[in-house]
Amino acid sequence: MRLFTMTKIVTKNLLSGPATLMYPKKKRSFTPITRGRVEVDIDKCIFCGMCSRRCPTYAIKVTKNCKEWQIDRLKCCTCNLCVEICPVKCLSMENQYSPALTQAEKPEAIYTVRRETEASGTSDHQVK
Amino acid sequence: MARKNVIPFGPQHPVLPEPIHFDLVTEDEKIVDALPSISYVHRGLERLIEKRDFVDFVHVADRICGLCSFMHCLGYCQAIEEIMKIEVPERSLYLRSIWAELSRIHSHIFWFGAAADAFGFESLFMQSLRLREVVLDIFEKTTGARVILGVCKVGGVRRDIETEALKEIVNRLNSLKVQLDELSAVFMNDYSIKHRLVGVGYISREDAYTLGCVGPMARASGLAMDMRTLGYAAYKYLEVEPMVESSGDCYARCLVRIRETFHSIDLIRQAVGKIPEGPVDLKVKGTPNGEYFSRVEQPRGEVIHYVKGNGSKFLQRFRVRVPTFSNIPAMIKVLKGSEVADVPNIILTLDPCISCTER
Repeated sequence: MRLFTMTKIVTKNLLSGPATLMYPKKKRSFTPITRGRVEVDIDKCIFCGMCSRRCPTYAIKVTKNCKEWQIDRLKCCTCNLCVEICPVKCLSMENQYSPALTQAEKPEAIYTVRRETEASGTSDHQVK
Repeated sequence: MARKNVIPFGPQHPVLPEPIHFDLVTEDEKIVDALPSISYVHRGLERLIEKRDFVDFVHVADRICGLCSFMHCLGYCQAIEEIMKIEVPERSLYLRSIWAELSRIHSHIFWFGAAADAFGFESLFMQSLRLREVVLDIFEKTTGARVILGVCKVGGVRRDIETEALKEIVNRLNSLKVQLDELSAVFMNDYSIKHRLVGVGYISREDAYTLGCVGPMARASGLAMDMRTLGYAAYKYLEVEPMVESSGDCYARCLVRIRETFHSIDLIRQAVGKIPEGPVDLKVKGTPNGEYFSRVEQPRGEVIHYVKGNGSKFLQRFRVRVPTFSNIPAMIKVLKGSEVADVPNIILTLDPCISCTER
């Protein structure tokens, strides 16, 4: 009967529980290739600047003198071009998104990684 | 004679969250004239071509629209490839067709939801959007993104899909098909939906032709126009059949979309069966010098990408003629003489995509 076309669907929905995730309890899992955010392994980086030249949104800035790699997360369109072009493969695409920001926190979207000089140790240092 | 009133429709309206505005001139409950106005969200993407080189512009073309993102990218890449005489590997042509058809399914299911919402059929809306999630998951698994895919590039595609993954896509689409059968039965047979759609917003075959209708709007009026029959991408190897209805009303447009969704699932199955092995992209050398019109069938109809290069890295001119734009004259023709209460339905069965139109 036409009147009850959706009865089957409705009953199934009632029995199977919600289709959405119960968010804070259950986090959404991303696929391994999800384009979330670009990360850099600063110890491998040779500061050639290929990524910043290839970037379609001019989000990446590389300074060779002070060995600094910088990305504006709000400009980045996660196109994966910088990861593909990097000659030493120090860039990688993480499958987690960068966190959301309010207007006041906007300057925090610029993420800077600087390599300490060999004399003072090689550990990478993150600057806000 | 009744007094004439002007009722504004949009740019913010509950049934259509897209910024298009109509001044509806009414006499009692009848509409005697409709004056459209667009350009609320103009972004100037066509001008941007002078600032971004032709490889980077693929990402801009990707962002013209959310629902048909891949098709815009495909049309633009095809035009560049044609100008530069690039022979794209066959496997990438098939992959492009598969993603294009998935986009069509996702767009049509989204339309079912939006249409159900316009009738006031909330549960059907939720049901449609849940089914759409299946396609979005396939997108994320194969391309790494859900809406703006970013997989098409000049000279091929960026990612390959493994044979097992292709089979899994077909399996998931088969189970989606069963659920879609139930959903489409509601659209086709429900009394209230039929009451809202049958005989509403009629446009004749001749009018549809002379006013330049494209896509489901033209096909619902009996014009067998489908750009996929031109055989771009891998459609030359697949059996494409334009879905044609003859009654020309809102119900016919709805039927065309339902049948197209099933046809797209069938096309993906065909493509997965025939896909050859091989590379998916080519290294592109040189710069485009020349011009080309690329015609692609989007969920909403035919889109034309005009690309003109002058031998430098930056193109000279890029123009997009989107399906919604060429459907607007027909939309006005249909609106004249209809009831005020039918306006949301009529506009929605056209499936306007204003962000495409305001590129």
